[in-house]
Amino acid sequence: MDITLQQVSYAYAKNTPFEKRALFDVDLHIASGSYQAIIGHTGSGKSTILQHLNALLKPTDGSINIGDVEVKADKKNKQLREVRQKVGIVFQFPEHQLFDETVLKDIMFGPMNFGVPEVEAKRRAIELTQLLGLPEEVLEKSPFDLSGGQMRRVAIAGVLAMNPKVLVLDEPTAGLDPRGRKEIMDLFYTLHKEKGLTTVLVTHSMEDAARYADQIAIMHNGKCVLEGTPQEIFAHEERLTEFRLELPQSVRFQKKIEQMIGKKLPTICLTEESLAEELAQLIKKEREE
Amino acid sequence: MKREIISLQDVTFTYATDDSNVRPALNNVSYTIYESQWVAIVGHNGSGKSTLARLMNGLLFPQTGTVRVFGETLNEQNLWETRSQMGMVFQNPDNQFVGATVQDDVAFALENNGIPFEEMVERVEASLAKVNMSEFMNSEPHHLSGGQKQRVAIAGAIALKPKILLLDEATSMLDPQGREEVLATVRQLKEETDLTVISITHDLEEALLADRVIMMNQGEKYVEGTPEEIFQKGQELVDLGLDLPFAMNISRLLRAQGIPLVADHMSEEELVNDLWTSHFNK
Amino acid sequence: MLEKMIFGRYIPGDSFIHRLDARAKLIFVFLFIAIVFIANNWITYGVLVVFTFLIIRMSKIRLYFLINGLKPVVILIIFTFLLHLIFTREGDVIYHWKFITIYEEGLRQGIFISIRFFVLVILTSILTLTTTPISITDALETLLNPLKKWKLPVHELALMMSISLRFIPTLMDETDKIMKAQMARGSDMTTGSLKERMNAIVPLLIPLFVSAFKRAEDLATAMEVRGYKGGEGRTRYRKLEWELRDTITMFSLVVLAGVLVFLRQ
Ligand SMILES: Nc1ncnc2c1ncn2[C@@H]1O[C@H](COP(=O)(O)OP(=O)(O)OP(=O)(O)O)[C@@H](O)[C@H]1O
Ligand SMILES: Nc1ncnc2c1ncn2[C@@H]1O[C@H](COP(=O)(O)OP(=O)(O)OP(=O)(O)O)[C@@H](O)[C@H]1O
Ligand SMILES: [Mg+2]
Ligand SMILES: [Mg+2]
Repeated sequence: MDITLQQVSYAYAKNTPFEKRALFDVDLHIASGSYQAIIGHTGSGKSTILQHLNALLKPTDGSINIGDVEVKADKKNKQLREVRQKVGIVFQFPEHQLFDETVLKDIMFGPMNFGVPEVEAKRRAIELTQLLGLPEEVLEKSPFDLSGGQMRRVAIAGVLAMNPKVLVLDEPTAGLDPRGRKEIMDLFYTLHKEKGLTTVLVTHSMEDAARYADQIAIMHNGKCVLEGTPQEIFAHEERLTEFRLELPQSVRFQKKIEQMIGKKLPTICLTEESLAEELAQLIKKEREE
Repeated sequence: MKREIISLQDVTFTYATDDSNVRPALNNVSYTIYESQWVAIVGHNGSGKSTLARLMNGLLFPQTGTVRVFGETLNEQNLWETRSQMGMVFQNPDNQFVGATVQDDVAFALENNGIPFEEMVERVEASLAKVNMSEFMNSEPHHLSGGQKQRVAIAGAIALKPKILLLDEATSMLDPQGREEVLATVRQLKEETDLTVISITHDLEEALLADRVIMMNQGEKYVEGTPEEIFQKGQELVDLGLDLPFAMNISRLLRAQGIPLVADHMSEEELVNDLWTSHFNK
Repeated sequence: MLEKMIFGRYIPGDSFIHRLDARAKLIFVFLFIAIVFIANNWITYGVLVVFTFLIIRMSKIRLYFLINGLKPVVILIIFTFLLHLIFTREGDVIYHWKFITIYEEGLRQGIFISIRFFVLVILTSILTLTTTPISITDALETLLNPLKKWKLPVHELALMMSISLRFIPTLMDETDKIMKAQMARGSDMTTGSLKERMNAIVPLLIPLFVSAFKRAEDLATAMEVRGYKGGEGRTRYRKLEWELRDTITMFSLVVLAGVLVFLRQ
């Protein structure tokens, strides 16, 4: 399902003394099946864009095409439910949306709202708890009796249970310990590949954007200022600095090495693994010479 | 030997006093923190770090064992005196902002301790200057970024000129820039005064800044030592849910590729130097 | 939706009204409520309206924002107007249609009540729009201070109020976030039948309570850690200052009251 934003502008609290423009003429195309990262410093409008992707916010100007549904400022839309079922959002600190008596019921809440039969919703809930590495006995517990990391997983399961075609993630790992972070990011990547999802990730971690994304868009003061593959985006340090962003650690280290040996590595190394590999090859080549 | 500031001896604490099936949040923990040290406490989610923080300033008392602060066992009598010597900053920037504006918030602890008005004005200004937030004196919290709110929280914590600054994941809800701001502020404070800093964190950069690291695992102290000593444990830490410094990961990956190195390096500089001397400088 | 609400919010500014002492503004509004009842004919109500517009001008708040933000109250005013219009049965009949009869007195009463309502709401809004919540609380605390003698926990009440005020924006954001999160999961409290909407409220309220509770707990901890142990032995950082303009403002009320008494029937 392609998502296209055309000249999207958005103002919070329009026509009040507190009006705050958050987006200015944003154009963005998210191709079906791609992994799109959106990066930018705090307050640059990332979360505002995300909420447009399933019509929680409607643009004050411009339009958004989500699959074959068009969302515009003053257009009443009967198809919004359909959009919301297909586009699942994992908000920042998603555990704050848990409410039901048991974990099982909470996970089933989303799909049942969209008319999925109870048996099927239950089946999905059980399958997802396993997938997310939660012990089976949590299903009958109250979500409020779980640890922080477990609550996060339950909340994520609640979104995945709707079987969305597009998965939108707003800093899904904030506050978790390093292992929890890695497990959850890897899980999203596996789902992305296996189920052919379109994934949109908002993150402050350049490392995650570099490692997982096919496409990166940079937001700066409410505008989408740069778009490209990770290779393209992280090739220009000056531009990143201008937008108050940094290079991923591996690229920064790569630059240090390149400066020291006065040679360039053949590609930009987006992950620690690729950096080590490229370095090793270079060293082996040096050895042979 | 430096003066002992905080010392825990065989501390055991459980939230579920009536249910012995629940693993205690802390089990037999002992450590000592000395004056002017920077100590980082690390460990996976739920390993008991915040519980330690609560014990150290008397929000909780241990079921067994003792907590000594400034050489005295912490009890109901010396509690308030101790707290005035210990500034504390928590994780969520929104939930610890008491005042309606920045200056009111910084003044809160001063008001509580009965500091006279003129001195209060001075101290509020001085504290805000120390964290570079003077120009935001009259701002309301919801107009500040996360990093700015945390700096205000630090200003509020140091307004009483405490001996200890205790940070419980103070940077974990911030973006990289906010985190950098806060860390730079703490580092600067540490240099200017003989503050003892205890920072609880998941962030390795922050742990690397410390003189000593205490690592918690499942409610027990797993190891304690300098960052070098701790991170030399390598895979063991990864298995316990922690991460390793970037340079160390690269070192390990290089070795796996058959590239010999002098050691698993902790800092990027060491790694670069090693690579240079043993592989490129020919 | 929530963000359009203007009542109870503060608009930063530097007008004459903004700079008045909060105590002066509070006393002003209380006295004004009493004075409004002096008016009883077209001239006196006219004076009230003029006086109110003068104050709006002096506060430099755009009338458009005031009206726009007070829409819910306007509906209430219209409703009261209609009630009076239909149910007052005095004076000449001025309109008759099927079972509806409108009397002259009804129209008069309706208009008077609406004006009274309108000026009161406007003036109270201007009080909150031009005064920071913290100054209002401080003013209340000082004004209520004498009641301490009767064991009224004035300090605690004021603190409670200032903290609630401080958390209103945070909780509004929170409500908005949770509402959106549940909407994204297919539950919607803005459309559907009444029953459906009621059902959609639970998934909003429970997380909201949980989070408010968590916030309260965190805040209590943060306060305790910073040495808060009740009002005793505390010094105060905020000082209110009564100046000439405050006295002048009070005096203007006396003049207004005088004029109204003189012109009333
Ligand atoms: N509900 C709201 N009402 C008014 N202004 C808002 C609201 N939400 C966000 N804003 C403003 O809109 C701008 C963009 O906010 P947004 O939340 O999209 O940023 P972000 O890039 O997600 O930031 P962060 O990295 O901190 O999450 C900011 O200036 C913010 O202050
Ligand atoms: N108020 C409480 N009531 C009951 N149990 C609690 C409470 N607070 C913490 N616990 C439990 O005590 C243990 C230690 O929790 P603690 O908050 O100290 O961990 P932590 O290391 O700070 O974790 P995190 O990294 O997530 O902040 C956990 O198992 C937790 O579930
Ligand atoms: Mg955001
Ligand atoms: Mg904790």
